[in-house]
Amino acid sequence: MASIEVGGLKKYYGNLKAVDGISFSVKKGEVFGLLGPNGAGKTTTIEIMEGLRERDSGDVKILGFDPWKNGYELHKKIGVIPQNFTFFEKTSPKEAINYYADLFDVKVNADIILREVLLEDMANHNFENLSGGQKQKTGLALALVNQPELLFLDEPTTGLDPNARRAIWEVIRRLKAKGKTIILTTHYLDEAQQLSDRVAIMDHGHIVASGTTQEIIHQHGSGERLEMQGKQQLAAYIKENTELQVEYNPLNNLITIPIKKRIDTLAALAAAEQSGLEWNNIQTRQDSLDDVFIKLIQKPLDDQEESKLEPQTNKKRGH
Amino acid sequence: MISAKRIYADFKVFSIGYLRNKFGLFFGLIFPVVLILIFGAIFSGGGSETINVYAQNQDTGGLGQNIGDSFLTALNTSTTIRVVTTNMSENFADFLATNSASDGIFIPSNFSSEYMMGNQVNITVYGNPASSTSGIVTGTVSGYANYFNLQRFNGTVVVGLTSATINTQQTNYIDFLIPGLIGFSILTSPMFSLVNISSEYKKVKLFKQLSLTPLTKMEWLASKVLFYILLSAAGFLLMVGVGIFAFGAHVTLSLWLIPFLILGPILFAALGMLVGTVTKNPETAGVIGNLVTFPMMFLAGTFFPISTMPIYLQTVARVLPLFYVTEGLNNVMVYNNISAALVDVAVLGVITLVIFVLAVKLFKWRED
Repeated sequence: MASIEVGGLKKYYGNLKAVDGISFSVKKGEVFGLLGPNGAGKTTTIEIMEGLRERDSGDVKILGFDPWKNGYELHKKIGVIPQNFTFFEKTSPKEAINYYADLFDVKVNADIILREVLLEDMANHNFENLSGGQKQKTGLALALVNQPELLFLDEPTTGLDPNARRAIWEVIRRLKAKGKTIILTTHYLDEAQQLSDRVAIMDHGHIVASGTTQEIIHQHGSGERLEMQGKQQLAAYIKENTELQVEYNPLNNLITIPIKKRIDTLAALAAAEQSGLEWNNIQTRQDSLDDVFIKLIQKPLDDQEESKLEPQTNKKRGH
Repeated sequence: MISAKRIYADFKVFSIGYLRNKFGLFFGLIFPVVLILIFGAIFSGGGSETINVYAQNQDTGGLGQNIGDSFLTALNTSTTIRVVTTNMSENFADFLATNSASDGIFIPSNFSSEYMMGNQVNITVYGNPASSTSGIVTGTVSGYANYFNLQRFNGTVVVGLTSATINTQQTNYIDFLIPGLIGFSILTSPMFSLVNISSEYKKVKLFKQLSLTPLTKMEWLASKVLFYILLSAAGFLLMVGVGIFAFGAHVTLSLWLIPFLILGPILFAALGMLVGTVTKNPETAGVIGNLVTFPMMFLAGTFFPISTMPIYLQTVARVLPLFYVTEGLNNVMVYNNISAALVDVAVLGVITLVIFVLAVKLFKWRED
């Protein structure tokens, strides 16, 4: 059974279509990355799945629960790190874990959880004195208290230094190894590529691509190409003397030739050699996820537009 | 289902955090005591001031003279007391009781006529045996009576004195100050804290995060209320202790204080939460919080007894919720007037209920 089933999900804030009819499902034990620029609708989607926001329409089943109607039951089975996780300033990670254990009415060994998230050395420091990475790890630790089968990690490494990011990745890999289902939002493509089994790329409330990163690159990337450094005359010479498609970028003197067959490479090289012109730095490469991402995301929203995603209405439902 | 275990867990984490925050602890417990010490020292010096004494002159006069008036005028020339005359229609003993006066002077209707004829006639001096001012008032009145006797009758006692006891307790400034500042701390600690917490937690999305645990918003609020009830009780004991031991305050301690010490923190915790909830960000919440808190801090009988304020300000005071806390505390601790305190409890209970329900209704735990 799928851990998550989302079908035709919509959420509008006034005229802004934050989430505009998206569908996907996540299997048990899978790490699913939700990618997209700021304002793409990732957080709205994840908060609807967590039962923190009400959807306008569509079907959402999380571990078999409707997250809005059965949020209280659902929350006992999921772990969440919200974006920019924060906690009571004067509380230590260890106290925080014990607090959550009391709230969830579970018995836990705080030290084991702290070790699991690589935070044992800061167990007794007040939250306000922790670094950004340590704060995120506290969030991860709290998300694990109720031994959830499903974890939502909303931009868990945003704003962290490379070492702290890698430490969080390490923790996420361990959780994956334990068979947890994980939903990860991020705008770091390397993070998604490193950690996710499958990703969905969101833009303006739509999913514009989904699958494994290889599938997405294959489907939306331009395929293999030959790149070399050279002058415009060289680009013109190759174009005249072969049947290849040649692109030239005068800014960095980069000549790019899409490769459809292996033999195209030889033709391009032969033409370059024949021309008697200077050329170097020759390489073949494929579109990376970055390239595909830039191609797919037409016009990223700036941060100001993102703030419009904050809810305009205050209709409230509580436990 | 409300769970006591979760309330206790939240209470524990909140208390530990509070105790680690020296700033909060100072304002919650130490600051009101410091205020008592400062104001107590300023106003309890006593002794050198003129004593205000209520007087009622029922004298109908005789031979075109009103000796009663002359007597009171003469008393006013003394440096020790100042006479405040009351309406002749008032029942004087009742008047003194309702005004919590510790001294009073009563001149009977036949004063002038008896005096003219040289028959003994007595002035009644009301006093409270516990009051330090009673002796001074009796001494002064007796001195002027002797002067009147000497002047006209060569010292034969015509103007005599009888004494009467007033059943109200003597009240000093410090006696008002203690309930006032207890009210002050019942107001400020939960109010400022909840305004801050509820707007700040909303901003950093901590409420959203807590909503992902089994903790409910009612349990969250209950733990805060519980904490501030206990903090108020601790502040109460501290302030009463300092008042009694440092300034010899006269306060009655009774079980009737408990409703005020419970309803007060509930009311102001809820009011603080309401302000934090209806405002957009912590900055606005702070401003609105101050707008709501400061008038109460000064006008609801905290630093000065309401009765010393101009009438229009007294009317203003009556719409401030804190008024019913301080008035109630005064009624129990200073005047021992339980029936009046019950009215205050009733009003306070209604206000608390309304604010609490509003706060819980509007308080956001999840979003739409």
